[in-house]
Amino acid sequence: MMEYSDKVMEHFMNPKNVGEIENASGIGTVGNAKCGDIMKVYITVENGIIKDAKFKTFGCGAAIATSSMATELIKGKTIQQALEITNKTVMEALDGLPPVKVHCSCLAEEALHAALWDYAQKNNIVIEGLKKPVDDIEHLHNV
Amino acid sequence: MKTNIYFDNAATTPVRKEVYNEILPYFMQYYGNASSVYNIARESKKALEKARQQVAKALNADAEEIYFTAGGSESDNFALKGVAEAMQKKGKHIITTQIEHHAILHTCEYLQQRGFEITYLPVDEYGKIRLEDLKKAIREDTILISVMFANNEIGTIQPIKQIGEIAKEKGIYFHTDAVQAVGHIKIDVKEMNIDLLSLSGHKLCAPKGVGAIYIKKGVTIQPFVHGGAQEKKRRAGTENIAGIVGLGKAIELADKEIEENTKKLVYLRDKLINGILENIPYSKLNGHPIDRLPGNCNISFDFIEGEAMLLLLDSKGIAASSGSACTSGSLDPSHVLLAIGLPHEKAHGSLRMTLEHYNTEQEVDTVLKELPMIVSKLRDMSPLYETFLKEKK
Repeated sequence: MMEYSDKVMEHFMNPKNVGEIENASGIGTVGNAKCGDIMKVYITVENGIIKDAKFKTFGCGAAIATSSMATELIKGKTIQQALEITNKTVMEALDGLPPVKVHCSCLAEEALHAALWDYAQKNNIVIEGLKKPVDDIEHLHNV
Repeated sequence: MKTNIYFDNAATTPVRKEVYNEILPYFMQYYGNASSVYNIARESKKALEKARQQVAKALNADAEEIYFTAGGSESDNFALKGVAEAMQKKGKHIITTQIEHHAILHTCEYLQQRGFEITYLPVDEYGKIRLEDLKKAIREDTILISVMFANNEIGTIQPIKQIGEIAKEKGIYFHTDAVQAVGHIKIDVKEMNIDLLSLSGHKLCAPKGVGAIYIKKGVTIQPFVHGGAQEKKRRAGTENIAGIVGLGKAIELADKEIEENTKKLVYLRDKLINGILENIPYSKLNGHPIDRLPGNCNISFDFIEGEAMLLLLDSKGIAASSGSACTSGSLDPSHVLLAIGLPHEKAHGSLRMTLEHYNTEQEVDTVLKELPMIVSKLRDMSPLYETFLKEKK
């Protein structure tokens, strides 16, 4: 089995921000069940600040830990600050990930971006530097 | 409180006390090389031949048909490469199945690169091959049929005797990877028409790094390791006497206790399986309900992933395994679970628990108590479960 850092185990055993947000400002879902990871991130944005973030994740220990850490990192940030959170930021905050699990941190970054994209779409605004997320969730409904 | 429950005996087993005691003198007291002539070497030679008898007896083979190897993978390599090379003038076609262990599958890939043709038989939803498929796959140039006795992941037992009959009738060698079966299911190589059989020590409470291959008298096969005259020049190298003594003792004990252990394990296994299926919704048994290894329980849980389950079980002191991609070291989940028709997402959510004779009912009860909480914790986090519940409404 994987050799995880204490930080990863801590966030896996007691993940922060698990849940849904009703009437969320933005929701982002990435990954697919076929490869074994799906992350769904909910955000509440008020006056350009991310007030709250929650997640639901189907996946391994690293997928759950990175979701927990990513949602922690994004809370209280401005949208521009949130965009600066990359997979590396998430990984560093978790004291690293095993090489085969790096993709989980990429998924976490994508999930944050997808939620921001959804927020921008709903409010007809353009967030500079934010690209449309890849649509790769068809398996979500086929389970 | 942290418990300590080892339910991963298909991965490896602890060495039995009786086996351990039997091995000890062969490290410092009887360390002689079995090929030498003096007194302590004769002790090694005697021990070697005693172990050969013990293995032979458990399989109803003759002692001279047993060759010691470094384990199951080596025995599988020996059987496939050895027969392929020796028989290639007759033909270059080999039949095996989609659910073999990688020691077979990757050896087949290697042989494919060297000009052999391999047919991989599919299996039904329970993991059994269809004898009709086997008959249809046989060709003029088929030189070997290799079908595993019982599957390491889902525990399904193949119709070995019938396969042996078909192979014999067509004059084709029949090899079976019996690594999971030996010591757990009664095997009679004569009655089952088995020409070659692989077995491993550490799956039956002997140490790691020792195994054996049964090669029926008269089978044409190339030597596997070239060198000295050990193992009738078919597998050179100074024998791992301590390991071999352990294998002999372990197989003798397993064979002697097979009936009572099977009874006990089937009871524990079925209590575990039924307890899970009854108490955890959206769970499904993988493998055959009856024709399965006495200690094997393999269940898929919808909406969650295997590695996360293993980590939570581990935090409770419970050791198990999974067929999820995250535990297979690749992006795909187990080839066995895909072969029985499981969609990827259900294969990712599989949990394998494999019991041995020393496991207890109390341990099964503990797992039955802990597992529902673990599954529900992960489902509460799962977006798939969330979607499912919303659509159900």
